[in-house]
This record gives sequence, structure tokens and C-alpha cells, in this order.
Amino acid sequence: MNLKKVGNQTVVFANPPVILSSYSVVGPMEGQGPLGNSFNQVWPDNINGEKSWEVAETKMLQEALQGAVTQAGVQSDQIDFMLAGDLLNQIISANFAARQMALPFIGVYGACSTMALSMALGSMLIDGQFAKHILVGVSSHHDTAERQYRLPTEQGAQRLMSQQWTVTGAGSLLLGQAGVGPRITAATLGRVLDYGETDVNNMGAAMAPAVADTILNHFKDLNRAPSDYDLIASGDLGSVGLGLATEVLKRSGYEMGDTYTDCGVLIFDPSQDVHAGASGCACSAVVFAGHIMERIKAGELKRVLLVGSGALHSPTSAFQGESIPGIGHAVVIEA
Amino acid sequence: MSNQNLREPTINITPEEYKKLSQQRTPKPKAARNIPRAFLVGGLICAIGQIIINFFLASGLSRNDASSAATAVLIFIGALLTGLGVYDDIGKWAGAGSIVPVTGFANSIVSPALEFKREGYVMGVGAKLFTIAGPILVYGIATSIAVGLIYYVLRF
Repeated sequence: MNLKKVGNQTVVFANPPVILSSYSVVGPMEGQGPLGNSFNQVWPDNINGEKSWEVAETKMLQEALQGAVTQAGVQSDQIDFMLAGDLLNQIISANFAARQMALPFIGVYGACSTMALSMALGSMLIDGQFAKHILVGVSSHHDTAERQYRLPTEQGAQRLMSQQWTVTGAGSLLLGQAGVGPRITAATLGRVLDYGETDVNNMGAAMAPAVADTILNHFKDLNRAPSDYDLIASGDLGSVGLGLATEVLKRSGYEMGDTYTDCGVLIFDPSQDVHAGASGCACSAVVFAGHIMERIKAGELKRVLLVGSGALHSPTSAFQGESIPGIGHAVVIEA
Repeated sequence: MSNQNLREPTINITPEEYKKLSQQRTPKPKAARNIPRAFLVGGLICAIGQIIINFFLASGLSRNDASSAATAVLIFIGALLTGLGVYDDIGKWAGAGSIVPVTGFANSIVSPALEFKREGYVMGVGAKLFTIAGPILVYGIATSIAVGLIYYVLRF
């Protein structure tokens, strides 16, 4: 049997799945950020008339999923599986959005790496000929995440300089076996790395080793170098984590150079006072579905490596003093 | 617990080296900016409290009653500003300056009340009201009992 796995952690697709459409919905702050124009929908506020933030997040994810389906011009009965996830306990945003979509549903949890993970899994399902069309989507919401992981939003405490701001938004892609659009050609699934970071206010530092490990193994598996990519974007390391991952990769023999950036650094302007940048499932999802897809379609980028980054802790594990395990999943997108 | 025996190839840095690197690269709180701000706002809140006390004293209340009444007024103001969504903005600017005074205590009770209202009055507001203030109350009361006992014993 011709195994599609290459090296230790990478799969290379024989018939690379096509990204038929992408759709992004964001909150007002993301809309005001430097990438504001690349998103399909910008909500006027974080709740948009819904009865709770959680309901608003679900609604956002539904709109992103529906938007991708409509844009691709594919009937929903032609979609074989839907893969989605989010940050809330028991991934309720994805579960509730799936209730509306009424498609065979695979819930995915990879913390903030869920988009890249879903893209990798969806591509494997398509290339493995288990599906023709796969809908993937993720969401995160600043206020739902704050109240689950941190403090009530009206609590008057100062945020630390290393803290990141959870993106309010949802991003979705429709992947197809054939059609016109950029293709997902390979994926490197990461392993869980824990370098002992215990500070939940410094998630970038917790995730950077795992992201660096995945990038390094990706290069080794495919015998590639940073210069083989027009853009390498990690998910939500933020400014602290981006610096750390760059330094760790340098010590491991890879000069990342200007092609390496982070979605959590791109989405907000420093003047928006988010401290170390952005985080959340939606961070890499909307930056990819909006900004990066726009640049690929404009012909500016030929080959992109998106490395979703996830911090695999919970408030309980953090209170019990456990360190924060990180993970990175990489997907290669080619025009 | 950090990873043991990772399969090669992996990043060329030990957890100890990484910890050092991460500490170097993590931005520190801007103390030179935060401390004067905390001093200004904390001082301002206390000055307002003093004005209110003076007002009640002038209205004929005893000193004890005047400070209790002033505390109640400050708690009301803290709660109101939290409800209006202003207190967290003050807190962002002032840091400890607006957390330490009694208005900050009001904020720490009203903010979870607002936050968890959607989970209902029993399992939401009722259960979560003291998520932040609870530890302060527990240890505050425990300490005062301990100090009271010591004081009681020392009197004999």
C-alpha cells in the first residue's frame, strides 16, 4: 500500500483538496484592526442582539459556515461532513451551530489550533476518498472566553503585558475534492510539547516550543526550508510567542526571516492596546479565511504554511498548578 | 511536568534554557507608569470618601456613623460605575488604585453578578457572586478573628 505519510509527522495528499470558498465573521474590534477590510462580515458589537455571548458566538459560527456554503455554490446535501470546534466547555458553539447545519458532524478540539487541525483532518478525509465536500469552521469570542478562563469582563483589573486578546469571530472553509481554488497539499500534525510554562497569562510562551517543534519536523519531513514558503504564519503566539518561536528555531538551525509571522500579531494594531496580540480559535481562522486567502487569490502568495497553535490546559489544571501543554498543527496551502 | 525523551529531531533547547529565555522576553508590568497612576486614583477615591464623611459630619452624624454612611455611598458609586461599564476602564488605567479601595470591592461583587445573570438567579448570580470577593472575605474574616483572639488573650 502506498502510504501517504512522509517522515515522522507529515501527510502529503495525492489529490490535494481544494479550498472552494472561505468566509469570516468578526466583532467590531477585529473590524477596526489592520485586516478589517478582508473579513466578509463585521458585527457592530459583540452580542449583536442575541440573549447571551454564547448564543452570539454560535450565531457567528453559523453565519460563517453558511457563508462558506453559499459562496461555494454547493448544495448542503452535497456536503459529506462538517468539522468544527471552539474554546468553550464541551465545544458548545460548534455543537449548537451543527444543530442548525444538520450535517454529519465531527466535533474537533485542538484549542486555538482547531482550524489548522480541522483543515488537516478534512483534507485527509477527502484525499482518502471518504468525502467529496467537507465544511470546516471554528469560532471564539472574547467575552465567552474571558468568563470561562479568566475574570468577569466588568472586573476592573489590569491585564498583564504578556496577555493576549481573544478574537471575537468565526472562520469557515469549504473543502472539495475538485474545483477551482488554492489547494491543501500537505499537513504536519504536531505532538504535545510542554516546556514547563505555568503562567496562563503567557500563552504565547507556553505554545512556542510546540509550534517550533512542528515547523522543524515539517521542514525535516519534506526536506524543505523557510525559503520554500512565501508566508509562514503561526496561529496565535502573539508578539511574545512569535519572538520565542523564532529564537528557538534559530537555535535549532532555522533562520525564519521575514516570511515568518503570526496571525495574533497581524489582526490587531498596537494602538488597539491588546498587549501581546491576539489569541483564540478564530484568530488564525479569520486571518486565514480573510487576509491570507485574499493574498493567495491576488497571486501574492504561492505557498503558505499555516501553523495553528493551541494551549491544551483548562482553568482547573491551571489552578492545580499544572504546566500548560502546547500543540502546533501545520497545513500547506498552495495557489 | 515537561516532556521527557522526545523523539529526535526536536528543538535544540532544554526546558531550563527555555524558561530563562521566556523570562527575558516576557514584558514586565510598567511599574514607573502604574504606581503613580495607582497613587493618584487611589488617593482621589479616598479624598472623595473624606469629602463625603465631612458632609455627613456636618449633617450631624457621629464620626462612626458618618464613616459607615460614606462607605455605603462609595460602595454604591463603585457598583453603579460597574453597572454602567465604566469601572473596568478606570481599573485598566489605575490598576491597584481602583482595586484596593472599597469601590473595588463593590466592583468585584457586582461584576460577577452582571456576568452570571444569564445563568439565572440561583446558579448564576447566587452561586458566582463571591467568586472574586469570596477569598477576600474568607481570609479577611479569618484574620480578624485570629487578631481578635490574640487581643483578647493579651488583655489579661
